[in-house]
Amino acid sequence: MNALAIIGRAVLAMLAAIGRVTLFAIDTVSHLGRPPYYPREFAQALVQIGYFSLPVVGLTTIFTGGALALQIYAGGARFSAEAVVPQIVAIGMVRELGPVLVGLMIAARVTSSIAAEIATMKVTEQIDALITLSTNPAKYLTLPRVLAATVVMPFLVGVGDIIGIMGGYLVGVERLGFNAGTYLRNTIDFLEPLDVVSSLAKAAVFGFLAALMGCYFGMRSGRGAQGVGRATKGAVVAASVLILAANFVLTELFFSA
Amino acid sequence: MIELVDVHKAFGANTVLTGVNLTLRKGRSMVIIGGSGTGKSVLLKCVLGLVQPDKGAISVDGSDVTNLRQGTPERDAFLARFGMLFQGSALFDSLPVWQNVAFRLLRGSLKKPRAEAREIAADKLRRVGLSPDVADLFPAELSGGMQKRVGLARAIATEPEIIFFDEPTTGLDPIMAGVINDLIRGIASEMGSTAMTITHDMSSVRAIADEVAMLHDGMIQWTGPAGEMDSSGDPCVAQFIAGSAEGPIKTVR
Repeated sequence: MNALAIIGRAVLAMLAAIGRVTLFAIDTVSHLGRPPYYPREFAQALVQIGYFSLPVVGLTTIFTGGALALQIYAGGARFSAEAVVPQIVAIGMVRELGPVLVGLMIAARVTSSIAAEIATMKVTEQIDALITLSTNPAKYLTLPRVLAATVVMPFLVGVGDIIGIMGGYLVGVERLGFNAGTYLRNTIDFLEPLDVVSSLAKAAVFGFLAALMGCYFGMRSGRGAQGVGRATKGAVVAASVLILAANFVLTELFFSA
Repeated sequence: MIELVDVHKAFGANTVLTGVNLTLRKGRSMVIIGGSGTGKSVLLKCVLGLVQPDKGAISVDGSDVTNLRQGTPERDAFLARFGMLFQGSALFDSLPVWQNVAFRLLRGSLKKPRAEAREIAADKLRRVGLSPDVADLFPAELSGGMQKRVGLARAIATEPEIIFFDEPTTGLDPIMAGVINDLIRGIASEMGSTAMTITHDMSSVRAIADEVAMLHDGMIQWTGPAGEMDSSGDPCVAQFIAGSAEGPIKTVR
């Protein structure tokens, strides 16, 4: 009986959390159609989330692309299929690793900073101050960040996909002895439009989730330094898990034939 | 005129306000005193709609403002009449000082051209005794007293009819506290604003108050003109003024 009560309580708490997050997301998106808008905040968020994430995205994907090429070469050698390196690197980076790794890096870099910033604003009454200055925090803080992340993530992932493929190319050509022209030719011929479209669509969804979780947990932060810490941790964990879960769902949608 | 009738508020099992009745007349300065954690801030936040009371009614100039929904034009119009100085100043640390002061003038319904907003910000900063040099600094670069001044400048930037001060002197040395008290008094009287201050600093009370209200046990125990405070006959007020451990206000809370 007691065990059932524990399970029941956990399930109810989870359903309530899903409901709260859903309402928060709906409220955020609904402000898209209701002025006033804050273009300056949106532009700042674009630069913060997009431009300043480029180094992290580049470093993450170039090493992953390189490692991927080495692994595929070694694995392929077991059944004399070393030549598939360009194709598999391309498909692996574009369909899966590009969006997922960039998504997770954005969760680490952007979700955490959004959550900590908004939570600190909450704790120091800056959110209350915003309201008394006739400014809706959902319009001023949440919407610009969520919108910027959703818009800019496809660019980041596009860049990440290309750099990842370049990582594979460098390893393939410099280390594994592939012909440079053939490597690129094989990559380009093999990729299909759907691969790229799915990559960018995933990116937009992951960006939305990452920024939304940062704002949600920040706005619900408890008091003091501990509250900010909890909010930040919760936001990063929730964003990472949601990105991985959404990745599965989207892969299923795009590629289950 | 601000009127609170039978306002109740509880957070879970923790009851904070248990029937507050209070009237503040236009153009007057009221100070609400009471121990730490007695719900003074909650009371202010109820009036501003930052906290929803569980029961009771709050009206400003006769119109009920208890349940104004956020984002409605009525609520915006209501908030546009208010200025608030927060306890920790609550300055936006991502914005330079002048943009903090001119926050309302840079966006929303009271938006003005940038240069004009900056001019007004410089003017308000001067009014609270800050030189124009601080305009481009960020709040984190200022001392606590200067932050309070900037918070004050932001609260008065749009010359509101009603100004709330939440613990304006907490954390300041006695001299700086005196300066802030004088500023509050001077600004409120020259703008003709209605002011509501919450504090537990008796020097503030004597400097700012026209009227005093004592909040204890979730209710207003005594209210009257500041001059009658010392002979109020109310045991809470007497204990509070004396700073004594003996009396109805428990020292372990």
